[in-house]
Amino acid sequence: MRHLTFKTATNFLLPLLLLFSIFILLRGHYLPGGGFVGGIIAAIAFVLHAFAFGLKDTRKLLKIKPMSLMPAGLALAVFSAILPIFQGLPIMTGLWMNEPIPVIGLIGTALLFDLGVYIVVLGVALTIIFTISESV
Amino acid sequence: MGINFDFLVDGLSLLFALMITGIGALVFLYTSAYMQGDRYLDRFYGYLCLFMGAMLGMVLSDNIFTLFVFWELTSISSFFLIGYNNESKASRKSALISLTVTGLGGFFLLAAFALIGNITGTYSINEMIGSAAVLKAHELYLLIIIFLFIAAFSKSAQFPLHFWLPGAMKAPTPVSTYLHSATMVKAGIYLLARFTPVLGGVLVWNNTLTIVGGFTMVYAAFHSIFKKDLKEILAFSTISALGMLVFLLGLGTSEALLAATVYIVVHALYKAGLFLVTGIIDHETGTRKIFKLSGLRKVMMPVAIAGLLAMISNAGIPPSFGFIGKDLIYESALQLNMNATVLTAVAVLANTLLLYASILVGIKPFAGPLPDTYKEVHLPDWRLWVPPLFLGAVGIILGLFPVIVEGGIITPALLSMHPTAPKIHLKLWHGFNLVLGLSAVTIMGGLLLYFSLKPSIRHEVWLAKFNKLSPQNLAIYLSRKFRDFAGLWTRLLQNGYVRIYVLVIISFLTALLAYQSFTQVRFYVDPAKISPLTSAEMVVMLILITAILYLVYTPSRLAAVAAMGVIGYCICLIFVFYSAPDLAMTQFAVDTLTVILFVLVLYRLPKYITYSNWLIRLRDGLVALFFGLLITILGLEVLNEPTSKETTQFFAENSYTLAKGKNVVNVILVDYRGIDTMVEITVLTIAALGVFALLKLQLNKYDQEL
Repeated sequence: MRHLTFKTATNFLLPLLLLFSIFILLRGHYLPGGGFVGGIIAAIAFVLHAFAFGLKDTRKLLKIKPMSLMPAGLALAVFSAILPIFQGLPIMTGLWMNEPIPVIGLIGTALLFDLGVYIVVLGVALTIIFTISESV
Repeated sequence: MGINFDFLVDGLSLLFALMITGIGALVFLYTSAYMQGDRYLDRFYGYLCLFMGAMLGMVLSDNIFTLFVFWELTSISSFFLIGYNNESKASRKSALISLTVTGLGGFFLLAAFALIGNITGTYSINEMIGSAAVLKAHELYLLIIIFLFIAAFSKSAQFPLHFWLPGAMKAPTPVSTYLHSATMVKAGIYLLARFTPVLGGVLVWNNTLTIVGGFTMVYAAFHSIFKKDLKEILAFSTISALGMLVFLLGLGTSEALLAATVYIVVHALYKAGLFLVTGIIDHETGTRKIFKLSGLRKVMMPVAIAGLLAMISNAGIPPSFGFIGKDLIYESALQLNMNATVLTAVAVLANTLLLYASILVGIKPFAGPLPDTYKEVHLPDWRLWVPPLFLGAVGIILGLFPVIVEGGIITPALLSMHPTAPKIHLKLWHGFNLVLGLSAVTIMGGLLLYFSLKPSIRHEVWLAKFNKLSPQNLAIYLSRKFRDFAGLWTRLLQNGYVRIYVLVIISFLTALLAYQSFTQVRFYVDPAKISPLTSAEMVVMLILITAILYLVYTPSRLAAVAAMGVIGYCICLIFVFYSAPDLAMTQFAVDTLTVILFVLVLYRLPKYITYSNWLIRLRDGLVALFFGLLITILGLEVLNEPTSKETTQFFAENSYTLAKGKNVVNVILVDYRGIDTMVEITVLTIAALGVFALLKLQLNKYDQEL
């Protein structure tokens, strides 16, 4: 599967897919999309890279172990959930900034939470796929 | 939860607490000499203290659940103590049997307590007495007392749950003295006495206790005269005495309850004394076989006196406290309105047999000539013979001056079982009457039996013929069968083949759904509610069905995976048609990932071989068809059900105003049902860790990097 065309295409597709996954994550609050789909698309991007260049190169590209993404994402989600407590509000109350930021849009705890979901899904998918492909 | 450490000292708990601490102190003293130099002495004391604490906690608890916890703790400490000689197989087996039986009882106790707590609305025993009338009239009353009886009978060794107690005699003698005659086995008696004001006084309560107790006391007393091992004789006479107590609680009159209260004290005093004497004999001569022992009075006089005193109390010979106890038993049986003659006769019979047993243990080893083998035996350490002598002396002193315990202990204990009992007066001499006559008959009968029935090994052999029918063997047989059945069941269902698991789950679900649909659902499809198929949908359906057929018949594994992908994408398209873009998108991404995963694995698998024959395929096909059919019916039925639009409307209206989102699906995921999502991503993480652990964790090279 290590065809030159495939490799070259992957070099372009990887950043595009990652950008697309973030785009999907951000638009989730208004239009179809969200953290779950975004995370899976990002995982597909890396798996594609692994197909083209081999698992070793993908690990090098990732720099961090996919397993460590899972606790990071979970921590982020929990953090966004308990953030309202510090303002004296019940847990998981949505907090929002007053003015939207250009390109990204309105930022609030829900977005942070979705980002946590995104990271967890990415970590889970990559962990499972990497583990299986190394073991068989 | 209402589960508090509520403690309450009333007459009944005081009586038991005094017994536990008093006899406990003597047993600790005795142990220090008896177990001297033992390898695990520290452990032994630890278990004994655990037991003592648990037992005290149990009799002092007012909250039923604290009582339950302490009840279980006594079973557990008893298990450790019976299995104390952990190198002996017999002792380990006995420990396990006793834990099984008493643990089973504990299980029923919890069930009974849960029911009682639910009905009365309180977990405090003291408050329950107020709701006694409600409980007795409740439809679950019968179930409650059955559960309670199973618990009490298992702990207090009533027929047919008595068989663990003789086995428990494998424990060191101090344990047998303390747990298996004086205190722990009385926990069941305590339970029944404690709940007499709450649940007692009903005909079925009284009759069950009278019959079970009466039968147990005669059955066990009869067994005790055939046993040749001192401890086994005592074990069966203990069961018999416990039967007597249950019998008295069953009679339920204030006289009977008084007799039970006195007999609890009497029995604890003389039985503990006899056990301690047996322990000394065993310790000094190395045997407990009754026909080998005689004449020991010549070498250990104080022990012989202790044995004699305990036997006098046991036999109910004046002026012992046992005499008062036995008088009260006969009196309460005679004063009954119904069946007085039969019940009195049963009590006299049991007492006669018990008297014979007590002579065997208390006098036989000390009487007659001393065999040469025991010439070297000498009087043991004072810590061994003072406790039984003390217990024997107390039995006589209380007989002479019953006023010592009358006001402080017996009366309050009686009042906590029977709040309206008349004032009592214990005394030794009642004058010449029928009760005295019965006492004389008992003593004469016992002596006659002793002189006519010499102990010999033949009796035990004769009795062994009936072993096949004994509850113990039946229980062991049943549990063995149960184990075989569990093995069979496990091999059948948990056989490790994923395909069988899936088949069983789907078949079960299909059967359940089919039953439910045939009984509850009326099949009716409203054609007006079904929208016509568009041409696009037709095309997708066609592709879908082709892909499924291809998947089933293809000989190539890779092609099958590709077909699965096609099916997934078709479903995505259907989601799109029915305006669920979020779902379609996610399904699309997940399907892509799944196909990649399959390809990764399949790439390395060996060539595709068909293992299944046509019969298995037919079976699987039928299961799949039925399941699909049922889901279709279910889907059509959903259309008929009236749906509530309330939640949908709420989400639609408030998504933007409250959560500042326009995509309702996403707002539900991250805001309204955020906790759900949180749990879901945690589950995902656990699944990934599971995959990693399954594939990567090889014990010798687990430091491999991911």
